[in-house]
Amino acid sequence: MFTVFKTILGRDLTLAMRRKTDILTTFFFFVIVISIFPLGVGFDKAMLQKMAPGIAWIAALLASMIALERLFASDYEDGTLEQMLLSHQPLIIIVLAKVFAHWLLTGLPLVLIAPLAGLQYHLSGDEVGIMMLTLLLGTPILSLLGAIGAALTLGLRGGGVLISVLILPLYVPILIYGAGAVSTSMEAGSNVQAYLLLLGAFLILALFFTPWATAAALRIASE
Amino acid sequence: MKINWFKYSAPSNFYPVIGKLIPFFMFFAIVLSIGGLYWGFFQTPDVLSDQKQYYRIIFIHVPAAWMSMWLYAVMVGWAVIGLIFNTRLSYMMAAAIAPTGAMFTFLSLWTGAFWGKTSWGTYWDWDPRMTSELMLLFVYIGYMALQSAIDDTRRADQAAAILSLVGLVMLPIIYFSINCPNPAECSSLHQGSSTQQIETNILWAMLVMTIAFWAYAFAVIFMRVRNIILQRERHTKWLQNLTGVKA
Repeated sequence: MFTVFKTILGRDLTLAMRRKTDILTTFFFFVIVISIFPLGVGFDKAMLQKMAPGIAWIAALLASMIALERLFASDYEDGTLEQMLLSHQPLIIIVLAKVFAHWLLTGLPLVLIAPLAGLQYHLSGDEVGIMMLTLLLGTPILSLLGAIGAALTLGLRGGGVLISVLILPLYVPILIYGAGAVSTSMEAGSNVQAYLLLLGAFLILALFFTPWATAAALRIASE
Repeated sequence: MKINWFKYSAPSNFYPVIGKLIPFFMFFAIVLSIGGLYWGFFQTPDVLSDQKQYYRIIFIHVPAAWMSMWLYAVMVGWAVIGLIFNTRLSYMMAAAIAPTGAMFTFLSLWTGAFWGKTSWGTYWDWDPRMTSELMLLFVYIGYMALQSAIDDTRRADQAAAILSLVGLVMLPIIYFSINCPNPAECSSLHQGSSTQQIETNILWAMLVMTIAFWAYAFAVIFMRVRNIILQRERHTKWLQNLTGVKA
C-alpha cells in the first residue's frame, strides 16, 4: 500500500518536473494577484495590514482552484486513470498520493512565498509566521476538497469554471478560520490557538473523508 | 398482505399517480397560504407596538428558511437512495427538488433582507446564519450547474448525488450558526428558536404557512418530475401509448 503511494507520488512529481511551466504559472498567479490588489484599493498602510490576511487567502483559494483542473485531466485523457481504476490497488491511496503530489507542487510554494505578501502588506514577523502556519494547514484542505470537484467535472466542457462554482462555497470555513487566525494575531494579547486547532481538525476530517468522495466521483466519471 | 414497496419506483406507475395528486397539493397550497396569511396578518393579537408590525414577514421568512434546509435533506435522501438502489426515479426526484429548494433559499434571503432593513437598518449583514444560508444557495446552484453540464444522464445524476452529499455539511453549519460563544468575534443577529415562548396564534399561523409551503413544494416538484419523466422516458412504449402525449 505504501509502495503504491510512493510510486504514484514519484511519478506525478517527475511528470510535473518535466513541465515546470504548469507549476510556475500557479505560483506566479498567486504572486501577481497579491501584488496588483493594492493598486486597486490604495496604499494606505493601516488598511493594507487589515486586508492582508483576506487577500492572501483569497489569492491562495483562486490559485489552488485554477491548478485543480489539471489534477486528473491528463491522466484521464491518455487513459492512465482508467488503468489506475482497473488495478487492484486501493483507489483511495492512489487519490491521496495524487492529491499530495498536487499539494507539493501548488500548495507548498504558496506557503513558502507568503512572506512576500507580508512584505508588501507591512506585516510583522509574527503575523507572517501565523500566515504561513495557517496556509500550511489550510492549503492541503483546499487540494483535498478541490479534488472532489476536479473528479466530478472530469472531461466536461468549461470544467474549470464549473469547479469554482462547486467548490468555492465549500472552501468558506477554511477561508474564515485561515484569514481569521491572521487577523486575530494582529490584535494585542490575542490567542490564535483555537483557529489553528480548528484548521487542524478540518484537515484531519478532510484527509479522512474526501478521498472516498473523490474515488467515487472518479469511478462515475470514467464509467 | 404483501405490499410491493417498489411498485411506484417505476416511472410508468408513478407518472399517473402524481398526476392525480398535483391538483390536491395545489389546492391545499393555495387555501392554506391564504388562510395562514390571513391568520397571521389579521387574527394575531397586537402584542407589539405599531412600529414593530414588520415582524409579520415571519410568516414567509421562517417557513421558507425551514423549507430550504428540509428540501436539501430530502434531495440528498433521494440522491442516496439513487446511489444505493440505482433507481432512475430517485435521481429524477432529486433533480426535481433542487430548483424548488433553491427558490426557497432565495426567498428566505430576500424576505430576510427586507426584515433586516426595517429592524436592523441594513439589507445585508455578514451574520453567520445569513452567510451560511447564502452558501446553501450556492450549493444548490452548483448542484444544478453540475447536473446540466453533463450530457450523459446517468453520470450527471450520480455526480450530482455525490456533490449533494458533500454539500450536506452546510445543514449543521446553518443549524448551529446561531451558537456564538463570543459575541465580539461573531455577532449573530439571529437568535435561538423560540417556538416554546411564542404567542400561540403566531405559532399556528406560521405552522399553517409551513404546511402550505410543503404542499406547494409537493405540487411543483411532482410537476417537474413529470416533465423529467416525459423527457427521459420518451423512447419507452408506455409513454408513447399515453393519451395526450405525442412521441
